[in-house]
This record gives sequence, C-alpha cells and structure tokens, in this order.
Amino acid sequence: MIRLEKRAAPSTKAAILSPLIAIALTVACGLLMIQAAGKSPGDAVDAYFLFPFNDLKAYFAAGEEARASLLYQPAEVVLKAIPLALIGVGLAVAFRAGIFNIGAAGQYILGAIFAGAVALYAPDTTPQIILLPACLIAGTLGGLLWALIPAFLRVRAGASEILTSLMLTYVAGYLLDWVVRGPWRDPLGFGFPQSREFPEATAMPLLLEGTRLHWGLFVMLAVVAAVWFAMARTITGFRVNITGLAPRAAHFAGFQQGRTIYVVFLLSGALAGLAGALETTAIIGQLQPEISAEYGFAAIIVAFLGRLHPVGVLLAALVLALTYIGGENAQITLGLPRNATLVFQGMLLLFLLACDAMIHYRLRWRTTARV
Amino acid sequence: MTSGNATPPRSVLFEARSIAKSFGDVHANRDISLDVAMGEKLALLGENGAGKSTFVKMIDGVLRPDRGEFLWRGKPVSISSPAVARQLGIGMVFQHFSTFEALTVGENLALALPKLSKRAIGKKAAELSDKYGLTLRLSRRVEALSAGEKQRVEIVRALIQTPKLLILDEPTSVLTPQEADRLFETLDALAADGMALIYISHRLPEIRQLCDRATILRQGAVVATCDPKTTPLSQIAEMMIGKTADPIRRTGSYVGAARLKVDNLSISVPEGTSLKKISFNARRGEILAIAGVAGEGQEALFSALSGEIPARRAKSITLSDKPIGAMGPTRRRRLGIAFAPEQRLGHAAVGDFPLSENLRITRHGLRGGETSLKARAAKIREAFDVRAGAGDPKAATLSGGNLQKFVMGREIDREPEVFVVAQPTWGVDAGAASFIRNELMRMTEKGAAVVVISQDLEEIFQIADRVAVLHRGELSETFAIDALTPERIGLLMSGSDIADLEMVDNTPEPRPQPKLVASNDAASVPPASASAVLSEPVRTVETETASAPPSTPAPPKPPPPQAPTRLSTRGTTSVQWTPPESFHPVRPEQ
Repeated sequence: MIRLEKRAAPSTKAAILSPLIAIALTVACGLLMIQAAGKSPGDAVDAYFLFPFNDLKAYFAAGEEARASLLYQPAEVVLKAIPLALIGVGLAVAFRAGIFNIGAAGQYILGAIFAGAVALYAPDTTPQIILLPACLIAGTLGGLLWALIPAFLRVRAGASEILTSLMLTYVAGYLLDWVVRGPWRDPLGFGFPQSREFPEATAMPLLLEGTRLHWGLFVMLAVVAAVWFAMARTITGFRVNITGLAPRAAHFAGFQQGRTIYVVFLLSGALAGLAGALETTAIIGQLQPEISAEYGFAAIIVAFLGRLHPVGVLLAALVLALTYIGGENAQITLGLPRNATLVFQGMLLLFLLACDAMIHYRLRWRTTARV
Repeated sequence: MTSGNATPPRSVLFEARSIAKSFGDVHANRDISLDVAMGEKLALLGENGAGKSTFVKMIDGVLRPDRGEFLWRGKPVSISSPAVARQLGIGMVFQHFSTFEALTVGENLALALPKLSKRAIGKKAAELSDKYGLTLRLSRRVEALSAGEKQRVEIVRALIQTPKLLILDEPTSVLTPQEADRLFETLDALAADGMALIYISHRLPEIRQLCDRATILRQGAVVATCDPKTTPLSQIAEMMIGKTADPIRRTGSYVGAARLKVDNLSISVPEGTSLKKISFNARRGEILAIAGVAGEGQEALFSALSGEIPARRAKSITLSDKPIGAMGPTRRRRLGIAFAPEQRLGHAAVGDFPLSENLRITRHGLRGGETSLKARAAKIREAFDVRAGAGDPKAATLSGGNLQKFVMGREIDREPEVFVVAQPTWGVDAGAASFIRNELMRMTEKGAAVVVISQDLEEIFQIADRVAVLHRGELSETFAIDALTPERIGLLMSGSDIADLEMVDNTPEPRPQPKLVASNDAASVPPASASAVLSEPVRTVETETASAPPSTPAPPKPPPPQAPTRLSTRGTTSVQWTPPESFHPVRPEQ
C-alpha cells in the first residue's frame, strides 16, 4: 500500500521535478490513448512533439532557398506561447496571492473588443506609431476593467472570485458575439458575423519573414521580465507572496487583503487584455466570434505547470504551445480529433496536481499489516 | 505518593529502549530510555530542542524511530501510525494544536471516536466537561476558538477515548491556576484509576505538585531520572539547562508619562470575544500586564492595538497623545510602536520565508527598514541567541523557542517606544523564557512602555509593574503588582468583582509569599485604584522587608512550609524556582 507521509519541509527538488514527471506521465498516457485509437504511437510522438524540432534540424541542413518554409512551424510554437505566457504570468501572480482568477478568457475577450474599437474607429490616417500602441493600451485597459468586476464583488460583497470571474467569461463571449453581429458587423462582409478588417497600421511588424512571428514576442518577454522583477524585488511582490502563504501575517504586516485582491486582479486582467489585443490585431486582423479565448483557460495550466514562477511560466507556455501546434499537426497527419489536444491538456493539469503532492509529502510503500 | 521505589512491584506499562531519531544532520533523539508504570505520573523535562516533542511524536506513531524499540506491557510493539497508538491505548495532547480548524468542536471530538453517534459523543463530552471542568461549546468552530479553548478541546478529545497512557505536552500553559488545579485533580484521579501519565512541562513547581518521577532530557539524551518532590528545583533546572538558570532581576526603573493610552475602546469581532469600553494606559519605563484566561478578548485587543482591526474612533487609542486608532499597522509602526502576536507561525512569521524575509514583515515601510535585511537578521540571531541552521534558514525550520526569540528580537532590535506583545513565552523553554523576560525588562530601563498580554501568572509576577485583567471583553482597573496576589488575579480572571476581593483581602492572613521580584520604587508607582491601596495594608512593610540589601544572611521571608491551597503553591512558583540567594531583590540605585 502506498502511504503519504508529510515532509518536515517542502522539497525543492520535488517542486522542480513535479512538472517534468507530469509531462512524462501525460505523454505516456497520451500514447496509450493513441494506441487504443489504432494509431502508431511512434508517429504520434513525431506529429505531436518532434516535428518542430525536425523542421529546425532540417532548417540548418537545408540550403538558403528552402529555409523559409521550414521555420514556419517552430515559429508557430513560439507565436502561440506569446498569449499563453502573457496571460499565464499574470495568473501566476494572482494564484500566488491565493486569488483565483479563472476568468482570464473573458478579460482576453474584452481586451480584443477594446483594441478593436480603437482599430475600427481611429481615423484612417493615424500613423502606426500611435495606432498600434493605442490598440494595445486600450486592450490592456479593457481586460483590466473586466477584472475589476470580480475584484470589486469579492472585496465588497465577499463573493467568490472563482465563480464571478468564470461567469463573466460567458458574458464577455456574448458581448463579443453581439458586437460582431450587431453594431460592428462589416457591411461588406456578406452577412458574416465579423467586423471590418483592421487597418494595416494596427498589425505588429513581423519578426521573421515567411512566418507569422511578430514583435509581440518582445512585448511578452519584457512583461515576463518585469513581473519577475516585481515579484522578486519589490514590496508588491512581497505583499503578494505573503498574502498567499499566510493571510494573517500579511494583515499583521500591514497589507490589507482587499488592496492585494485589486492589485492581482487588475494585473492579471490587464495582461489577459493585452494578450487579447495582441492576438486580434497581429494575427486575426478583425473581430469575429472565435478569437481563441480558450488561451485564458489553458493559461491556468501554464501558470501551475510553471510553478507560478515567471520563468517557469515562460517554459510552460512553450510546452503548452507545442501541444496546440502538435494537436493541429496530428489532426492533419494522423487524423486525430481536435479534442485529443484538450485531453492532453487536461491530463497534464491532472498529473501536475497529483505530482505536486510530492512537494509536501513523500511516498512510503508499506505492508498493510497492523499491530 | 507512589514513588518509583516505594511500591515494590511496579507494573511497567510502557517502556522505551535506546530510542534515536535524526533529521538529516540534526540528532533530535540520541539515546532515550525510560519507562512508566500503571498509575504513575512521569514528568518529561527538558529545554526546547531537547527532543521531547520528537520523542512523544514517536510514541504517538507520527514519526518512526531510527533505532531502539518500544515495549507495551513488556512486548515489543511497532507504533506505525497514530491509529495504532490509539488502539494500544495511548492518548495524546499535543502542544501544537492538532484539531481541524474548519470543523466544530463536536465534530472534532467525533473524529476521535468514529464509531459513536454524534449525540452519544455530545453526551460523553458533556460528562467529561462537567467532571473535569473543561467547559466546551460543541457547536463552535475550532478556528474561532482561542488558544486556551483549543487546548481544552485537545484534552477532552484525548480523555474521551479513555486511554491507558496519556501524554500531555504543556497542557496548562493557557489555563488559569484554578483550571490547572482542576486538571491536576483530574489527572490524579485518572492515575489513581491506573492510568499512566507522561507529562511534559517547563513549569517545575507544577511537576513537583503532580508527578512521581521526572526524566530529564538534554540534547536528545536522558541526563537523569529523579524524584521531583525531593530533588531541589534549582538542581532540576540546572540539569535541564546545563547551567544555572539566569534569575530574573528587576533592577527598578523610572516610570514616566503615559505613552500608549486606550480610552473607551470598543471593538466588535464576528467570532470570538468583542471588547467593551476598554481603557488603560502604559507609561514610560513600565511593564503593564493584561492578564486573563484565553478567549476573553485578548485577540481583539491585540488586533486593535496593532491596527489589524482599526478602531472606529481614532482617539480611542493614542500614542504619545497622537490619535492612532484609525491607522493600519504600518503607520503605527512608523510612530515607534512594535507588536508581537501570540501565534508565531502564520501570524508573527511565515514558515516558508527565510528569516530575512520575515524581518521584512514588520520592517517594510519604515525608514531604512529594508536595507540589508540579511545582515540585520544575522545580527538579531546573534544578539538574541537564536539557534537555527546556517545562512538564512526558513522560519519553519526553527524550534518554537528559537522562533519566538527571533520574533522578539525583530521588534526589540528596532528599539520601539511602545511594545505590545501577546504571550511572549508561550510554549517556550525555561532558558528562552527568562531570556525573553529579561529583554522585556531591559527595554523598560531604556524608557520603553511594554504591554504584555499574558495568561501566565508566573510571568506576570516576575516582570509586570501593573496589571489589569481582561474578562469577557471587559478590562478591570489597573492594579500595582504589589497590590495583588496570584489568588486575587485568579479571581479577577474568573470574573469575580472587586467587592468579593475586598472580602478576601480582609481576612487576617498575611500575604503568603515574599515579594517575588523587586519591582520599581513603590513611591513612583501610585497604585491605580484606591481600593488596591486600601486592601493592601501591609504592602509598605512587605516592600521594605523584601527590598532589604543583599547582605541579609537569610531570605527575607521563607516561603510558607505548606501552602494553604494548591492555588498558592502555584502562585509562589518563582520563589521555588531558583535558590533563595538569587532572590535577594536588587534595590534600585538611589
């Protein structure tokens, strides 16, 4: 029988190993699932996890002219990691404070709507240097305002932020649906529920020719670095950490919980909004009912997989981005359903939480004999 | 008394042989052998870090020994889990509460006895509560209880299982003398019925009162086993600490103007006891003790003073005449007031934080407060003799006493003008306790005003200049310590009013003990109440006798040969504590 025995002190080694074990278990179970579906596990590994690296290898082997297309898939992985890391790093801060913002998807959508408003209503002649930052700032503000609602309800009325933030996600989804079918519908769009296309000037410049990777990567890296610095070096980081670890000690230290709730909600909401703005302006180029808001939920996995640490979040975002791109690739090459990706992500979170028990407990095998 | 040798065939119930346990490089238990017979009351003594808690955790099956074996009725047993310990008949009352915070008292008791219905448990608990004077309200949630009430739940929970061997880890630290005496009567009765007891406490007079034998641990090994009733307490203390305990000395000090004033402060809290119109003031150079049993409003009072719960009226708390009632903790700290709450982990300190970050908890927002935290933490560790791992260890790795020394050092190092501290020596060994008390008194010599919220009468009599008693959220008037005896405080703690006290005082019997410590000059401390003066006609004489110069050959007044009641035995603890020579009070230099 396996028994859990509490460790005297949390194990740092287990904290680092836990996500790696979780990934390994996810891959192992995923392969069993694929085998059961009658596909070759070897091909699946190739389709899911190795193809971007195969492409990279080929890139360095290939000649000048063949190169461009080979960078496309690896760049897609990094591209997907941008919104995941942006949202994930904000959520990591909130979770550290013990505040569960589950509604990043809604904040992401509001970010997209606010950025869309600026993009659609700004005069055509606005130069890119003004329009692009204006879109991103508006998006950030949109996410922030949407996050203000659950924060306010929690602080003022004691309403569970888990429920309110989650439910507001659906409100946000219908809001987006309404604007693209109603006031902002493209009059020349043949009745499709979508807005006019945004002006060229709203799009982030590309980083690599032949790919979709854009300068938003550096925005994301700057945000991650800033959050890392704030958490490690500033009083706000201290405030967030102590509130999550020992709320009473935080209160004793003079930090009011209400203010901490606002700080982390506004930060995570703002970053989700920024991600939404970036994704719609740089990738989609217009508003439509489907703008990949599920990043807001996947980022929860990213935050926990990354140990709620900014650098960990960055790595975890890449891992999750890989499952997205790998999933798409597997749909094409193996004919696996899209849901397989969601199963992968779900298993990852499940195994991660299970492995996290190892940080505070150690496993003991023992016989069931009793005195 | 059933001393070990007196009754010829000791029927040994439980025996430990050469038990050893290490955590990494730390050898918590090196070699511990002891036994306890049925009906015997064995004291387990030792400083914090001597290995007592580790040892009893192994008896309870929470930890497994690395070496050695346990014998139950002469047969080797493997106690692999607390459930096995329960099956054998071992009951446990832990020093750190092991109750479930989110459940009610009744549910916590039910967990100990899963086979009984809730109703049967309620009945049984009521019986026990009645019989042993451990009053419990079964429907209350444990998280809302104070430390003392939680302790009661623990004790009743252990007793409800009718164990054969009961282990108690510092059970009286939060009880009033009367409650403790009732507990001792209970324990005596249980032992008379054949139950074996292992009793852990730092309070030597208590051990003397209760126990038949005492096994003394130092640095994880047994150093001696003796009869506590005949061995001088000073000798026991010396065996525990390895050197003679520092006697507490009150050097006397100048008492000046009021620094912290509380005026008609009312605080309502959703759970626990609210404060009703509390008034007191703490003056420069004095220690004001707020006495009271746990759960009488201490938590609300501490939170109100620290700013965790701001007062509705800013003027209800003033610091050097500046209203601070509406301020939060940080702003109050900036004005030169410091706080140390009762609960070390989770309130005063964060276990997962290293000491330097824990320093930050009460330093951020202060001028220069956050510079070179690590160096500062190291300095505090040195100055306050905080024993812990090298470098900047996490607070959770420190033993209770060492963490408390660090928490105290963190505040005292700031040299605050006012220091509010709750239970400064709760669960701390004798060496650390006297160190902390000395530090508190040193602060007053530098002109600080210290407010000590304490349930420990021994402590109050050792260090306080004035005392007020908290009962059901109301505060009594403030008494000069000389005007009070432990019995009177005990009565005040249990809610008896002044009129009753007058009657007690009018009895012709003189005060049963000499002055415990020399307090500051009597003339400079006018007793706060007229009744205190009236009720204490012999005070001046006492003070004169007690403060005779150290050259007097014999102690001014020997303790009475037989204390009239248990209560006063406990009250005279300090006198018995150290050899009489060290109790020549030091007269302030004049």
